[in-house]
Amino acid sequence: MNAAAPEPKANMGQPVPRYDAAAKVTGRATYGSDMPMDNPAYAFLVTSAIARGRINGFDLDDARRVRGVIDIVTYENAPKLKEAKLFSNGGYAGTTIQPLKSTDIAHEGEIIAVVVAESYEAAREAANRVKVSYTAVAPSASFDSPGTTKAAAKGQNAQFKEDPQVGDFAKAFDEAEVKLTASYDTPTQHHNPMELFSTSCVWMGDDLVIYEPSQYVYGLKNGVAEQLGIDADKVRVVNPYVGGGFGSRGSMTPRTAIIAGIARRLNRPIKLVPTRDQGFTIATYRAETRHEIKLGASRDGRLVALRHEGAEVSSRADAYCVGGTKTTTRLYACPNVDSLVSIVRADRNTPGFMRSPPEVPYLFALESAMDELAVKLNMDPVELRRINDTTNEPIGGKPYTSRSLMACFDEAAKAFGWSERSAAPKSMSDGDWLIGYGCAATCYPTQMAPSAARVRLQRDGRTRVEIAGHEIGTGAYTVIAQTASERLGVPLEKVAVFIGDSDLPPAPVAGGSNSTASTCSAVMMVCDQIRQKLFKAVMPNESLTDKAKETVGLGQAPTTQAAKSDRPLDLEKAFDALGAGVVEEYGEWKPDGAPLDSFKAMHSGHARLVGGHQMKDKIAYAFGAEFVEVRVNRFTHEIRAPRLVGAFAAGRIMNPRTARSQLMGGLIWGMSSALLEATEIDERTARYVNDNFADYLVPVNADVGGVEVILLSEQDDHINPTGAKGLGELANVGTNAAICNAIYHATGQRIRKLPVRLENIEV
Amino acid sequence: MRPFSYQRATAPDMAVQALSAAAAVNNSLTQATAQPLAGGTTLIDLMKLDVMRPAAIVDINPLAQGWSAIDPGGENLRLGALAKMSDVAAHEEIQRSYPVIANSLKLAASAQLRNMATLGGNVMQRTRCSYFRDVSYENCNKRNPGSGCAAMDGVNRMHAVLGTSDQCIATYPGDFAQALIALDATVELTGRSGTRSMPFSELHKAPGNTPDIETILQPGELISAFVVPGRWPRSVYLKARDRQSYEFALSSAAVALDVQDGTIKDARVALGGVATVPWRAREAEALLKGQKFDDGLAERAADAAFADARGRQHNSFKIALGKRVVARALQQAVTMEI
Repeated sequence: MNAAAPEPKANMGQPVPRYDAAAKVTGRATYGSDMPMDNPAYAFLVTSAIARGRINGFDLDDARRVRGVIDIVTYENAPKLKEAKLFSNGGYAGTTIQPLKSTDIAHEGEIIAVVVAESYEAAREAANRVKVSYTAVAPSASFDSPGTTKAAAKGQNAQFKEDPQVGDFAKAFDEAEVKLTASYDTPTQHHNPMELFSTSCVWMGDDLVIYEPSQYVYGLKNGVAEQLGIDADKVRVVNPYVGGGFGSRGSMTPRTAIIAGIARRLNRPIKLVPTRDQGFTIATYRAETRHEIKLGASRDGRLVALRHEGAEVSSRADAYCVGGTKTTTRLYACPNVDSLVSIVRADRNTPGFMRSPPEVPYLFALESAMDELAVKLNMDPVELRRINDTTNEPIGGKPYTSRSLMACFDEAAKAFGWSERSAAPKSMSDGDWLIGYGCAATCYPTQMAPSAARVRLQRDGRTRVEIAGHEIGTGAYTVIAQTASERLGVPLEKVAVFIGDSDLPPAPVAGGSNSTASTCSAVMMVCDQIRQKLFKAVMPNESLTDKAKETVGLGQAPTTQAAKSDRPLDLEKAFDALGAGVVEEYGEWKPDGAPLDSFKAMHSGHARLVGGHQMKDKIAYAFGAEFVEVRVNRFTHEIRAPRLVGAFAAGRIMNPRTARSQLMGGLIWGMSSALLEATEIDERTARYVNDNFADYLVPVNADVGGVEVILLSEQDDHINPTGAKGLGELANVGTNAAICNAIYHATGQRIRKLPVRLENIEV
Repeated sequence: MRPFSYQRATAPDMAVQALSAAAAVNNSLTQATAQPLAGGTTLIDLMKLDVMRPAAIVDINPLAQGWSAIDPGGENLRLGALAKMSDVAAHEEIQRSYPVIANSLKLAASAQLRNMATLGGNVMQRTRCSYFRDVSYENCNKRNPGSGCAAMDGVNRMHAVLGTSDQCIATYPGDFAQALIALDATVELTGRSGTRSMPFSELHKAPGNTPDIETILQPGELISAFVVPGRWPRSVYLKARDRQSYEFALSSAAVALDVQDGTIKDARVALGGVATVPWRAREAEALLKGQKFDDGLAERAADAAFADARGRQHNSFKIALGKRVVARALQQAVTMEI
């Protein structure tokens, strides 16, 4: 892949290169565990080899004898910490299972000891020498294990408020001319971000600095303070770069407060870099899900009945669920809809957000079922979507703020060559390979959250933007810099951006694809405050100031009719008039419909996301359409996906280059999710077996052929001041269904369980 | 990882002596207190995982000068044990006269690993069984003799269907060894009493009741070279796997044929990804020899290769897959232009 940056179309920003590109490719970018520290001690975790039961005792003699060991912390001598409340119950944590509190074991890989030593090597060696005696109890591993409990999500998960329904599904399905009932399964998956789940804690007196890859520095700061029982102002979280997040770093894990507590007790900085396999159990993951879809349609393809029942695994302690029916019940026009989400509790660590948490599993089910229905109707699957396209979601009847789903289908179909498809299954091949084409829709809710920003402008145009946002590889630095540059009319190279530090003005969690819309809206607002200040200085007359509001940037010519009579502002003159060398403004922005406590919550590390289907009189989603070519080997049954094409519409595209990268990565993720990624669970022990990068498969270069991203122009004035819809979690949705739909086309075989592996193919 | 001493051996006898001195009394050399280090691509991994805990590392890389030759010049092909996988795979004469060797190496691991790993180390590569590689599982007869086998009724999709015992079903993971065993290679060993040669097929030991004993190597003994008799331009290595690169075989076949006037004069078939040791399918070869090739013959040979295969919960698919891979590899070998 060596394609030029996409040319911007209407309502797109410039495809400027990444702000942090040079730092990253030269290794100058510092990640959490790169931060220099004075005389750190090194921690290594010991984790549980059983999933359920208790610890009888430790034999630490061997471990203590390792030269350089400073301390070994177990439940017997662990720092006392306050309980961590789950994020969905007003807390910060991704799990309420608190390790090192007692002899009880709640899941495999739970932290049961922390070895601290003078070197990483000594800590690791001593950890290997820790002997643990357990009394194991047979655990429940997953859906089919004895001993699990199943109950409706509604009522046990505070964030799952309703099972959407409308009309009379039972009657409509009963009377439907064409019916489909099908079940679908998705596997356990782990994020495996490249950067490990490291944590370094440094105390200076009563003040704590935490270096940790986090997608929410304000959440982590407040959460750790709460667990330690100290004032949140005493805690600072720093992470200028995060080596991938994918949701795994959105909520607090138990490790941070534990390491902070030990560092306080030892009065020494502590650096923890857990192993790859420990990352499978000390953080969160995407739990396995099961679905039953019922679709009823008229012979001409109009949906008359839709039911989506989903079940998800969670831990005994916490009722986490993603509940994707909020999206799948609203995607197509259908007058009779029913749904139900249940949670199955097993002896597992608590699952959590993973890139497009609800949409990846739930749209796999719906978009596979739509393809099956198209086959039943003998209809082109694209046309089936067109027939059921809608401007208003069917549950509450609210209008989509904008919806370019079919435009995406048409653009992607054209680029892909969909019209050259011979519709019959097993009708296309190339030598040893059967060829299949498949497609699916994708969508993702448009979300925003309150955010603050501080911007400083000097008379020479140099600008400093401060905001506790997060660079998780998405391009946050870049779009924030672009926003300030455009708004203030200063050259991009004069803008310096500071993010990833909880001492900066608060920004929301980098999750739910809200970051760009939220942080850039705040930056725009604060830049406007600066403009107002400067315009007022040179144009004391009120009416002129009003006109000035409509100029684009300080140094640029006004663009609107009302403002055209004004000349662009001379920065030097404005500063002279103001009598200052620097203007600095701080501001807090919140989206329409944000709850009253939004700003208070923002400072205390609670992001109040609004958007998606939860808006008052409207519903906001980004859309896309994905087409894939799949090849299935007649002899080995190996499955490859050499061609992925996606077209996406997501309001204003802030930077076509970084947007394309996000979407390209998403398409590859989606392919990976369909064909490779699954965490294997040993049914007897409820343990993750392939917990390493060699056995947990992700695509390598050779698996990725052509990936084409098409960005559609779309303007949406009803979402937020930037006009941008989040797209970070858009492209990896639906790809799994498109691949299975293509496998059906290649082989005539419908596969409803992910990942699809060669043993699932029968040709 | 635990502390270990490190020594560079600048001559073969020095290496042999260093390794013998610290060698274990029992035959389980894989758990011996001294280990030779070549590319280190398996050893270092397993040390980090605490699976292997040698007290002494003997670095044999200085022996490369004498032990890394790639010599296809004579009647036999001679490959030094310290030749790098990537160098052998890229060698033009190997590609021309031994495609099965070149491709078995090229399709293994990643470019970075192939640049580091040596042939000798490659054939000694240890199983990828997850339960073996994670010391928190107590039950592993290979790692902890007599403790049982967690894989037997665990997640065993990658495990073996041939050469298994009720003690161990761990798969031999390599590719290159299948080419060697198919081509009747000889392995040359250097030890305390000098150099000895033996058929490569005798190097590895099936698990039986002692899965911890993986080879017949004696304490202090090192692989110094491989010798492959004859030339096999009509040969194929076919590898089926979950992803297109950097992935172990679910099933692979090393096939070499000598076809004259439409009749198969000689046939060699070895199987990878499906057996506990490098696996020669002699029953398949016997069926092929002296016959005219057709697809039916290929299928019968493939059936014969897997006649004794026994699957378990997650790996039974390997039997049907393995047969298709063998049949397809035979077809490819017959039709290849040489």
